[in-house]
Amino acid sequence: MTGVTSESIVLFVNTALLLLMCAAALGVVRLRNLFAVVMLGGVYSFLMASLMVALDAVDVGMTETAVGAGISVVLMLSVLGLTKTREAAPRHRPLVALVVSAVVAVSLLYASGDLPPFGDPAAPAHQHVAPEYLARAPVETGAPNIVTAVLASYRGYDTLGETAVILTGGIGVLVLLLGARRRRGGVRQGGAGESPEGTGAPMLRDTVILRVGAKILLPFILLFALYVQFHGDFGPGGGFQAGVAAATGVVLYALVFGVASAQRVAPVRVVLVMVPLGVLIYAGTGLAGMLAGGNYLDYSVLAHDPVHGQHWGIFAVESGVFVTVSGTMLAIFYAFAGRRQAREEEGAGR
Amino acid sequence: MIIANLPALQVVVPLVAAPLCAIFRAGHRPWRITLAASWAAFACAVALMRRVLDEGTVSYMLGGWEAPLGIEYRIDTLNAFVLLVVTGVGAVIVPYAKRSVESEIQPDRRGWFYTMFLLCLAGLLGVTITGDAFNIFVFLEISSLSSYVLIALGRDRRALVASYQYLIMGTIGATFIVIGIGLLWTMTGTLNLADLASRVRTMEGAPSVLSALAFLTVGISLKLALFPLHLWLPNAYASAPSTASAFLAGTATKVAIYLFFRFFFTVFGGENFVSKTPIPEMFLVLSLCAMFVAATVAVFQEDVKRMLAYSSVAQIGYITLGISLGTQTALAGSIVHLLNHAIMKAGLFLLVGCMVFRVRGFRVEDLAGIGHRMPLTMGAFTLLGLSMLGVPGTVGFVSKWYLGVAAADLGQWWLVGFIMLSSLITMLYMGRIVEVAYFRVPSGAAATATEAPAGLLVPGLVLAGASLWFGLDTSFSLGLANRAAAALVAGVF
Amino acid sequence: MNVVLAHLNAYVAVFLMVTGLFTVVNRGNLIKKLVGLSIFQTSVYLLYLSPGKIIGGTAPIIADRYEIYSNPLPHVLILTAIVVGVATLALGLALVVRIQEAYGSIEEDDVHRQSAPGEARQGGANGGEAP
Repeated sequence: MTGVTSESIVLFVNTALLLLMCAAALGVVRLRNLFAVVMLGGVYSFLMASLMVALDAVDVGMTETAVGAGISVVLMLSVLGLTKTREAAPRHRPLVALVVSAVVAVSLLYASGDLPPFGDPAAPAHQHVAPEYLARAPVETGAPNIVTAVLASYRGYDTLGETAVILTGGIGVLVLLLGARRRRGGVRQGGAGESPEGTGAPMLRDTVILRVGAKILLPFILLFALYVQFHGDFGPGGGFQAGVAAATGVVLYALVFGVASAQRVAPVRVVLVMVPLGVLIYAGTGLAGMLAGGNYLDYSVLAHDPVHGQHWGIFAVESGVFVTVSGTMLAIFYAFAGRRQAREEEGAGR
Repeated sequence: MIIANLPALQVVVPLVAAPLCAIFRAGHRPWRITLAASWAAFACAVALMRRVLDEGTVSYMLGGWEAPLGIEYRIDTLNAFVLLVVTGVGAVIVPYAKRSVESEIQPDRRGWFYTMFLLCLAGLLGVTITGDAFNIFVFLEISSLSSYVLIALGRDRRALVASYQYLIMGTIGATFIVIGIGLLWTMTGTLNLADLASRVRTMEGAPSVLSALAFLTVGISLKLALFPLHLWLPNAYASAPSTASAFLAGTATKVAIYLFFRFFFTVFGGENFVSKTPIPEMFLVLSLCAMFVAATVAVFQEDVKRMLAYSSVAQIGYITLGISLGTQTALAGSIVHLLNHAIMKAGLFLLVGCMVFRVRGFRVEDLAGIGHRMPLTMGAFTLLGLSMLGVPGTVGFVSKWYLGVAAADLGQWWLVGFIMLSSLITMLYMGRIVEVAYFRVPSGAAATATEAPAGLLVPGLVLAGASLWFGLDTSFSLGLANRAAAALVAGVF
Repeated sequence: MNVVLAHLNAYVAVFLMVTGLFTVVNRGNLIKKLVGLSIFQTSVYLLYLSPGKIIGGTAPIIADRYEIYSNPLPHVLILTAIVVGVATLALGLALVVRIQEAYGSIEEDDVHRQSAPGEARQGGANGGEAP
C-alpha cells in the first residue's frame, strides 16, 4: 500500500459514513417498532453530522447534531409517549410510493451526469461568489468565520427569515397544543412536590447518577452555550447552535427533575415572550440601520466606522437569534410535556 | 427614507407586526395591529407600482451588499402587480376577520391567529418581491408553515388531517424546489435570479439544468395544487376558518404561479428554453384536466366550501393554460387572471362565510332559500358567480376572452371551444347554489336568518363590486398585464 | 471505479433521498412519515455540501496557516434549511398528537376512513364558542 494520503483518508471516512447512513435509512423503512425508527432517525442525523464535519462544514455539523440528533429525537420520543409505539402492518402494496421514488431516483441520477467530480476546486460553484466571500469577509466584517459573516451579514436577511420560520413553528405548536384539552387553559404549571411521572420519566429522580450528573452538567452546558454564542465569529458557532444548546440544558434538567422544577428556572411566561422577542430584536437591528441612513440590515452605518458597525450588527442579530431559538425550543418542549401531564391528570381523575 | 426603503418595508412591516401580535394578545389589539399592518402593506405596494411604472425595474440591496454577494430585492411590473393583488386581498379581508375570528376561534388563540395571518402575508410578499432564489425558499416556508397552522385552527377534527396532509405535500414540494435551486447553484455558483438567468442561458440542454427545471416544476406544482398534485387543496380550504380560506384562496396559489412565470421565462429563458422541453405540452394536458375534471367534481360536492375549493383547482388550470401557450397575449391573460380569480374566489369565500355565520351549516341544502333572507349577500354571490362563468362585463370574461384570443392566434380553435365548454360546467355548480338559494323554501336556520353584520358583509360586497369595475374598465389590469407579459417574453428582469 | 468514487456522494445522496421519499409517500404511520420526511430533507443537504468540499481544503474559518478553504455558501444555506426542517417537524408532531386525540389512531388508513367527506362531524376539535 503506497502512502496513505489525506485525500484517501477523507474518501475512506466519507464512504464509511455514507454506507452506515444507508443502513440506518433502510432500517427506518423496514422496522415497525416506532421507538426503533425514531432512534435510527437520530442515529442517521448523527452520522450525517459527522459526515458534515468531514466535508468541512463544521458550523452545519454542530447545528445538525444539536437539532437533528438532539431536539428532534427528544420531541419525537415525547410524542411517542402520547401515541402508540408500533406501526400497524401494511395493508396494501406501496405501488404509488415505489413509482414516485423510482422516477425521482432516475431524474437525480440523470442530473448527476454532468455534476463536477467530488472535491474538484475548479468547479463552477467555487469560481464566482465564494472566493469573494473568502477575500472580503474578514476585512469588511472582522469575522474570521466566513460562515458567520455570510449568515449574519451578507445574507443576513435570509437569517431573519429563518428566525421568523422558527417563530412560526414555535407559535404553531403552542397554538395546537396549549389549552385545548379544556380542563385548564395554558401550559401546565406543575405543583411543588410533583413527581416527574408527568414527563414520562418515572423514577428518574431517584437515580443518583442521573441526578448528580445532570446537576454537574447543567452549568457547563449553559456556559458552553454562551461560549458558542459569543465565539461564533471566530470559531464554529453562532446563535442557533447556542440557542439549542441552552434549551437542551434546561430540557435535561426537566427530564430528570420534572417540568415543574424547570419552570421555576425558566418560567412559561418568560419563555412565551422570548419567542417573538428575538425576531423583534433582529428586525429592529435592521430598522436601526435604516434609521441611520443605510439600507435595511446595513450594519456599516451603525457605528463610527464600518467594521465596528458590522461587529455590533452581527452581535445584535445573533443575540436575537439566540433569544428566539432557545425560547422556541423550550416552549415546544413545555407544550409537549404539558400535553402529557394534562392527559395523565385526566386519566387519574376519572 | 421611507420612499427609498419601500421594498424592504413591504415585507418588514407585516413581519414585525406578527411578533407584536404574539406579545400583545389581549382584546382587540391583535386585530388592530393586523389592520394597520395590512393596510400599510397595501399602501407600500401601490407606491412600489408607481415607482416601477416611472423608473422601470427597481433594485434594492438588503444589508447594503451588492448582488450576488448579498440578497437583492428586484421588482418589475409583474411582481409589483402580484404584490398589489396579495396586499389588496389582505387589506379587504382583515376588516372581515374581526367578527369572523370572534365567531370561529377560541379567545385565547385569537392573538396567535393574527400572528400567523401576518406571517403568512409577510411570507407571500417576501417570495414575490425577492430576486434571490434561496430567499424564495425561506419565505415560501414562512408562508407555508403559517398556512398549515391557520388551516389546523378550523372547525372540526378534519382540519387537523387536512393540515397534516398539506404539511407533508407542501414540504415535499419545498424540498423539490431546494433540490432544483441546489442543482442550479452547483452548476453556476450563484443564487441571484438575474445572475442565474444570464448563466443558465449558456447551458441549454445540460442534464443538470434540465433536471433542475423538472424539480422546480414539480415542487412549485405541489404548492400551486396543479392537477394531479392538488389533493391537499380541497380538504385544506374546506376545513379552514373562513378568514383563512378566503385569504389563502386569493393569494397563496397566485404567488406559486408567479414563481412559474419567474423561473420559466426569466431564469430559464421562456420562449427559447422551455419550448424545447415537453413542459408546454404537459401543462396543456394538465390544464385541461384541471379545468374539466376538477370542475366536474365540484358539481357533485355537498359542502359549499369544498365546491369552491375544487373550483379553484379548475381556475388554476386556466392560468397554466396561458403558460403552456407561451405567447404574450396568453401570458397577459394568465397574469390578469391572477387578479381576477383572486377577486372572485376571495369574494365568494367571504360571502359564503357570511351565510355560514347566520345559517351555521356548510352544506348546499343548508342554504335553501337564503337568497330571500340575505338578499345583499346572495346578490353579490350571484354577481361573482356570473363572473366565474365569464359573462361579458365581469372580470371572468376578460381573462377567458384573452385566453381565447391567444388560442385563436395560434390557430388552436379546438381550445377556444374547450374554454367555452368549461364555462358550461362552471354554470352547473355555481348555478346549483344560486338555484337552491333562490328557488327553494327556506328551512331550519335559514328561515330566521337576516343579513350578516356590516363588518362581514362589506368586504364581500367590495370584491363583488371590484369584479364589475375591473370587468368594465380593463385599462388598469390589462395594461399592467400586457406590460408584464412583454417583459417576460423578452426575458427581461 | 473512479467515476463511482468521484460521484459517490451524489449516488448515495440519491439513494437516501429516495428512501426517505418512499417512506413519506407510502401510506402508513403518521410518525414514520415524519421520520421519512426528515431523512429526505437531510439527504438533500448532501447535495449542497458535497460540491462545496475542496480536497485539501479546510473549514472556512480564516487562519494564517491555511490557504485553501471549502466553499462557505452551502454551509449558510444548509444551516437555514436545517432550521426550517426542525420547525416543520415540530409542527407535524404537534398535529400528530392532536390527531391521535381526535381520532384515536395515527395510522393514515384509519384516519382517512374515519374522516371521509359526508360523514357526520364528530366532536369539534377546536370548537368556536364552545368551551
